Amino acid sequence: MVISTEKLSKKFGAFTAVDAITFEVDQGEIFGFLGANGAGKTTALRMLTGLLTPSSGKASVAGYDVWKQPEMVKRRIGYMSQKFSLYEDLTIKENIRLFGGIYGLSSAQIKSKTNELLDKLGLHTEAEKLVGSLPLGWKQKLAFSVALIHEPKIVFLDEPTSGVDPITRRQFWELIYQAAQSGVTLMVTTHYMEEAEYCDRISMMVDGKIQALDTPGNLKKTFQAKDMDEVFRKLARGS
Amino acid sequence: MSAVISIREISKSYGELKALHDTSFQVEEGAVFGLIGPDGAGKTTLFRILATLILPDTGQATIGGLDVVKDYRKLRLKLGYMPGRFSLYQDLTVEENLGFFASVFGTTIRKNYDLIAPIYSQIEPFKSRRAGALSGGMKQKLALCCALIHRPEVLLLDEPGTGVDPVSRQEFWEMLATLKNEGITILVSTPNMDEAALCNKVALIQHGKILAEDQPEGIIQSFKNPLWAVRSENMYQLIKDLRMYDGAADCYAFGEYARLKLHPAPVELTTGDNASGQRQTEAAIKTYLQQKNHQKIEMFPAKATIEDCFIDLVSA
Amino acid sequence: MGRFLAFIRKEFRHILRDRRTLLILFGMPVAQVLLFGFVLTNEIKNASIAVLDHSKDVETTALSNKLASSGYFHIDKNLASEQELEPAFRSGKIKLAVVFPPNFAENAGRDGAAVQLIGDASDPNTATTLINYANAIVLDFQREKAAASGANGGLFLINAETSMRYNPEQKGAFNFVPGVMTLILMLVSAMMTSITIAREKEMGTMEVLLVSPLRPLQIILGKTTPYLVLSMANAIVVVLLGIVVFGMPMRGSILLLAGECLLYMFVALSLGIFISTRAKDQMTAMFMSGLGLLMPTMLLSGFIFPRESMPKVLQYIGNIIPASWFNPIVKGIMIKGVGLEALWTHTIILGLMALVFLVLSLKNFKDRL
Repeated sequence: MVISTEKLSKKFGAFTAVDAITFEVDQGEIFGFLGANGAGKTTALRMLTGLLTPSSGKASVAGYDVWKQPEMVKRRIGYMSQKFSLYEDLTIKENIRLFGGIYGLSSAQIKSKTNELLDKLGLHTEAEKLVGSLPLGWKQKLAFSVALIHEPKIVFLDEPTSGVDPITRRQFWELIYQAAQSGVTLMVTTHYMEEAEYCDRISMMVDGKIQALDTPGNLKKTFQAKDMDEVFRKLARGS
Repeated sequence: MSAVISIREISKSYGELKALHDTSFQVEEGAVFGLIGPDGAGKTTLFRILATLILPDTGQATIGGLDVVKDYRKLRLKLGYMPGRFSLYQDLTVEENLGFFASVFGTTIRKNYDLIAPIYSQIEPFKSRRAGALSGGMKQKLALCCALIHRPEVLLLDEPGTGVDPVSRQEFWEMLATLKNEGITILVSTPNMDEAALCNKVALIQHGKILAEDQPEGIIQSFKNPLWAVRSENMYQLIKDLRMYDGAADCYAFGEYARLKLHPAPVELTTGDNASGQRQTEAAIKTYLQQKNHQKIEMFPAKATIEDCFIDLVSA
Repeated sequence: MGRFLAFIRKEFRHILRDRRTLLILFGMPVAQVLLFGFVLTNEIKNASIAVLDHSKDVETTALSNKLASSGYFHIDKNLASEQELEPAFRSGKIKLAVVFPPNFAENAGRDGAAVQLIGDASDPNTATTLINYANAIVLDFQREKAAASGANGGLFLINAETSMRYNPEQKGAFNFVPGVMTLILMLVSAMMTSITIAREKEMGTMEVLLVSPLRPLQIILGKTTPYLVLSMANAIVVVLLGIVVFGMPMRGSILLLAGECLLYMFVALSLGIFISTRAKDQMTAMFMSGLGLLMPTMLLSGFIFPRESMPKVLQYIGNIIPASWFNPIVKGIMIKGVGLEALWTHTIILGLMALVFLVLSLKNFKDRL
C-alpha cells in the first residue's frame, strides 16, 4: 500500500471541499480520480502531495504521514499539474537540469537522466529550444518525464491531458503505462470519461465525497452502464 | 437548403504560426454544424474571424450573404456569439447580465422571452445570484441566453462545453436541438470527438487544416480499414505486441479495449459481410497473442468512431 | 440612448460592488488630503526653536514673543552665547535658532538691524519651511513697527522671497491641495478607466461587446462617463477639505476652476483610454498607468519637489506631463485669485493635449480584437 487515507477532509470556511474520503492505492496501480469541476479532485490531490493541510482525518503517502511529515512526502512523489508544468522561458535542457537540481540529483545523474529522457521522447534536436515554443502535447509529455526525474514512488497527475489531441493523449497514456510497469504508482485526475477506462481502479467524486470506487469493468456492471460516461451521469443524477 | 455560412480559403497566421490554412466549408440553414479538433487546431481563430473580431490574411467568408470584413456592422446584428470563456459579468446577477445584453442589442428580456424560456427557466430561480457564484453548467446556460436574447440568425458557440460536467453538457446539446427548430443556424466547436454524433454535419480540424467535412455517418463510412477491439490482462503489453503484428496498420488504446486497425485486405478477409473471413482473422490474431503469452483474450470487430477517423486522418 | 443608459447603469454596478474600486475612489482622496495635511501641519506647529539674544531690548523681546505666539514655534531654549548653538542643534530638538546681534532696537531705528535665522539643514525641507515662516513673521513685525512709528521701514536686513507674496506663510496646505487634486484626478480618470476597459478584455466580455451593435465611441463614453462624474465629485471633496480643514483660500472663480478641472479630466480620460488600447489585462494597465502617469505626476510636476530645482532635462520631461500645467492653474485660481487672462497659455496647452490624446486613443481603439 503506497497511499492510504482515512476520513480525510478539507474545509474552507463553511464549505467542505473534501468530505471524509477513505481509500487505498497499491504499488504500481494507475488510480483514477474522476469528478466534475469543483467536485474536490484537486483539493484531495493537494492534500496528498503535502501542499494543503487536511482539516481532519488521516493520510499516508509512501509510508509518511501527510500531516506530520509533508516534507518527506514531497521528496518521494512527483507532481504534474495541468496549469504549471515547466518554465516556458527556459529551454528543455535547462528545465531538466533545474528540476534535477531541485530534487538533489548530482550533475552526473542529471546528465545521464537528460540523455535518457531526450532519447525516450525523441527530443534531442529540440533540446536547446524554449519550452514555450513546443506544442502543448510535447510540453505535457516532457513535464511528465521531468516529474519522474528523481524516480519517485508515486506520481500525481492533475488533468494532464486536458485539451490535448487524441493521438498525443494516447502517447501520453503510454508513458503512464510504462511508468506503472516499472513499479511507479500513478494517481490521475481527468474529466475524459473514456480515459477512466485506462485506469486500474477509479474513484468517482461528487460534492467532495467518493460515491463509487472500483475497477472500470465492475463500475459498469454495478451501474448497468455501457460506458463510464453513463456511470458518471447516473451517479451525478442519483445524488 | 442554402448555405448560410460560407467560408472560402481562409488563411490566418500569427507570426510564424499558421493558425488557419486555406480553410473552406459551408454551413446550411438551420444546421447544427460541429467544428471538431483539439486545442490549438485553429477553432477559436476561425470563430473570431466569423464573429468579425479579427481579419483573415487571405480568403473570404460570408454569413447570411454579408461579408465578415466589409459588412461587419450589419452582420453583427445577426450574430449571437459565445466565446470560449463564458463572457459574463461575474459581479452582476443573472438577471442583470441578461438585461444588460438585451439592452445593448436594443431589446428587452420580455420581448424575446419565448425564445430563451426553455433554457432561462432552468436558471430563473437563481436570477438574483451573481454570475460568479454559478456552477459551470449554469454559467453556460446563462451565456447561451445572453447570446440568444436578440434573436440572432446565426449562433457561434466556441467550445461551450469547457468547464462543464458531462450531465450539463448533454443537456446543452439537447437545448441546441430545440434551437435548431427555431430556424437558427448553429456553428459549434468542441474538442470532444464523441460530440460529433450530435451534429448534422461536422468538420474535423487539426493544425489549421480541415481534415474532413461531412455528416458524421459519412465520415465514419469513409473509414475503410478493418477495425477490431481487443483486450487482454496486460493492456500495455497487448498494444505493444499488436503493433508488431503482421498486417496491423495501427494500434492504440480506446476505452477498455485496444483498437487494432488492420491494413485493408481482400474482401473475404475483412470484417465486412464475410463471416468466415472474420473468423479467420480473429483466429490468426488470437494465435499470435497466445504465443506472446496473453491471458483472457477478448476480441470482436469494432465500428469506427469519429475519434478513430480523426486519428486515421491525422496519421495519414 | 437606452443602450447608453444601460451601459452606465452596469458600470456603476461594477463600481459599487467592488470594494477595492470604492476604496480607491472615495477613500484615497480623503486619506491623501488628510495624510499630507496632517504630516505637514504637524511639522510646522510647535517647532522647537532657540533664541540667542545679544541685545535683550524691547524690540527683540517683542519679536521673540511674536514668534512664540504665532503657534508655529515654541521657544525651547534661551541661549547665552554662540558656543551653545552647536550643542542645541546637536540635541536634535532644536529646528531653528534666532540670533539677535547687540544694539538691535537702536540699529533698527537707524540704518537697519540684522537678525540671523539658522535652520537645521539636515532636514532641508523642514528647515526651509521654518525659515520661511520665521521670515514672514519678521517681515510682518517690521511692517507693524513701521506703520506704528510712521517712520521709514527697512528695519531688518532679511530678504523675503517674491514667491511668497501670495502665500506669506507658505502653508503646506496651499501646496498639497492642488497637488493632491492633480494626482487624484489623474488616478481616477486615467488609471481607473484604463483598468476597467482592460478588465473587460481580460474577462472576455469585450469580445461580446464588440460583436454587439455598440459603436466603439459608445463603449468608450459608457466606460468614461461614470468616472468623469466621480472625478468631479472627488475634485469637489478635495477642494472642500482644503478650504474647511486647512483654511485654504478660494480667491478666484469657482466656475473657472470647475472648467479647468473638466479640461484636465478630459486629458486624463483620453490618456486612460489610450493605455487601455495597449494593455491586454488589468495588470498591464495598472503597471502602465502607474509607471507612465502616476510616478511622473508625483515626482516631476512640482507636487513633491519644486520644478525650479530640478535638472534641466527633468524640467523638459516635466513639460509634457499634463499635471505640470494643471497644478499652476489650480494654485493660480485658488491662491492668487487670477482669471483666464493669466492662465490662457496653460489652458491652451492642456486643451491641445486633450485633443491629441483623444484623437490618438480613438484611432487606436479598434472595433476588432
